[in-house]
Amino acid sequence: MKYLLLKHYRGGPTPVTGYAPLDQWAPERVDAHIQYMRDFADRLVETGEFVDERALSPEGTFVRFDGEGRPPVTDGPFAETKDLVAGWMIIDVESYERALELAGELSAAPGPDGDPIREWLELRPFLTDVPFGGE
Amino acid sequence: MDASLVRELVPAVIGVLVRRGADFAAAEDAVQEALIRAYEVWPHDPPRDPKAWLISAAWRKFLDAVRADAARRGRELTVDAEPPEGPVPAADDTLRLYFLCAHPTLSQPAAVALTLRAVGGLTTRQIAAAHLVPEATMAQRISRAKRRLSGVPLDAPGDLATVLRVLYLVFNEGYGGDVDLAAEAIRLARQLAALSDEPEAAGLLALMLLHHARRSSRTGAGGRLVPLAEQDRSLWDTAMIAEGVTVLQAALGRDRLGDYQAQAAIAALHADARSAAETDWPQIVEWYDELLALTGSPIVRLNRAVAVGEADGARAGLTALAEVDPGLPRYAAARAYLLERAGDLRGAATGYAEAAGAATSVAERDHLTREAARLRHAAQA
Repeated sequence: MKYLLLKHYRGGPTPVTGYAPLDQWAPERVDAHIQYMRDFADRLVETGEFVDERALSPEGTFVRFDGEGRPPVTDGPFAETKDLVAGWMIIDVESYERALELAGELSAAPGPDGDPIREWLELRPFLTDVPFGGE
Repeated sequence: MDASLVRELVPAVIGVLVRRGADFAAAEDAVQEALIRAYEVWPHDPPRDPKAWLISAAWRKFLDAVRADAARRGRELTVDAEPPEGPVPAADDTLRLYFLCAHPTLSQPAAVALTLRAVGGLTTRQIAAAHLVPEATMAQRISRAKRRLSGVPLDAPGDLATVLRVLYLVFNEGYGGDVDLAAEAIRLARQLAALSDEPEAAGLLALMLLHHARRSSRTGAGGRLVPLAEQDRSLWDTAMIAEGVTVLQAALGRDRLGDYQAQAAIAALHADARSAAETDWPQIVEWYDELLALTGSPIVRLNRAVAVGEADGARAGLTALAEVDPGLPRYAAARAYLLERAGDLRGAATGYAEAAGAATSVAERDHLTREAARLRHAAQA
């Protein structure tokens, strides 16, 4: 079963610990945080559960169709949108419980003071391509 | 080069290496490497005796690995460079590999991957592509599974139930990459049914054949899901249905009914009906009763309620559904189906919309959404 682990810049429940953006942390804390993420991904490759990982720039533009022969309309970027996705990891695991366990582990990355950052991660199951059913 | 022929040789060749003293993990790695080499060489230089070629290539790969390992540990090599005149592969080797690869201590994804490689003879790349995961992830999944099995002897008694479950999982994975996993699962189930005299192995094979025979009618344009009642029955593979029915009858004749045989019997009754209207629903309900007695499964209870709705009318189906746990994955869809038949179009539309929200696959969600839209439209008209 594949799951998407979504990391948000903004949005979701109220953070447990408020903290400054990464660029304002002590350099060794930044290193420790990034190393934790890297080790986590490596460990998932080793357990055979890693699928993909991507980070996104906070710069986003909204785009829509505006009629035949006209250029698409763009809007944004918005500084105040409620929800802003920072990146994702895709895992392929045996059960929902395992997905929860891994998300919890990722959320324990060390924060600016070295303690677990406890950030909220969003866990979303993939819809499969296996139709199975209807009969 | 006939890929399926090469793949059929894989479990026997692993068996030969193990009998010559290699442990399972090393033997399996060596055969995988020999297999990849065969794919490179055979197209332009086909061997006269494919099995002998594969055995000797795998043995060389095994020796290379042992030598590299010995050099790394600074130890002397104690394995004969020449392949010993080992015993010929035994039919049992393949059966034992099924049990080992689906060992109850393995997680299901691990058992599926290992079975496809060591019994199915697929490459890591093919298995990874079929599951849409990176090759490195799949390689690790397989080597971890083998580490977990270290110390489990190849000839330890196995658990048929886990083997059957793994093959059924593979079957339901369908297509992926360049490998047709459903067809592969049927090949493996057919081989297993020939090696084992458990009627449930035959029951699973029959179930797969009877489902697979209807595959081309099950999806319409754009991957659209076509429900059984609306399927074009002229598209059904009658030869495959006949084989499934024959296999099933032989299994039922052994008088040791099991889950898969009962499911296959229901599939056979569907396959037997020339039109949806000619379906023998009362007999299907009887088989669901058998299945319920065997398994006590809440999902069986749910499917039984739908069958009761067909046999005795939608009201009777809804009454049967009242005894089913509403938290089940397909409960909302089953209820919506019965509500439409009972004439409650609005209730059915709401039910289908709710079911679409809980669907686990894209095709299923789209189908349920279309049903909801159709019924809303009909209710307004």
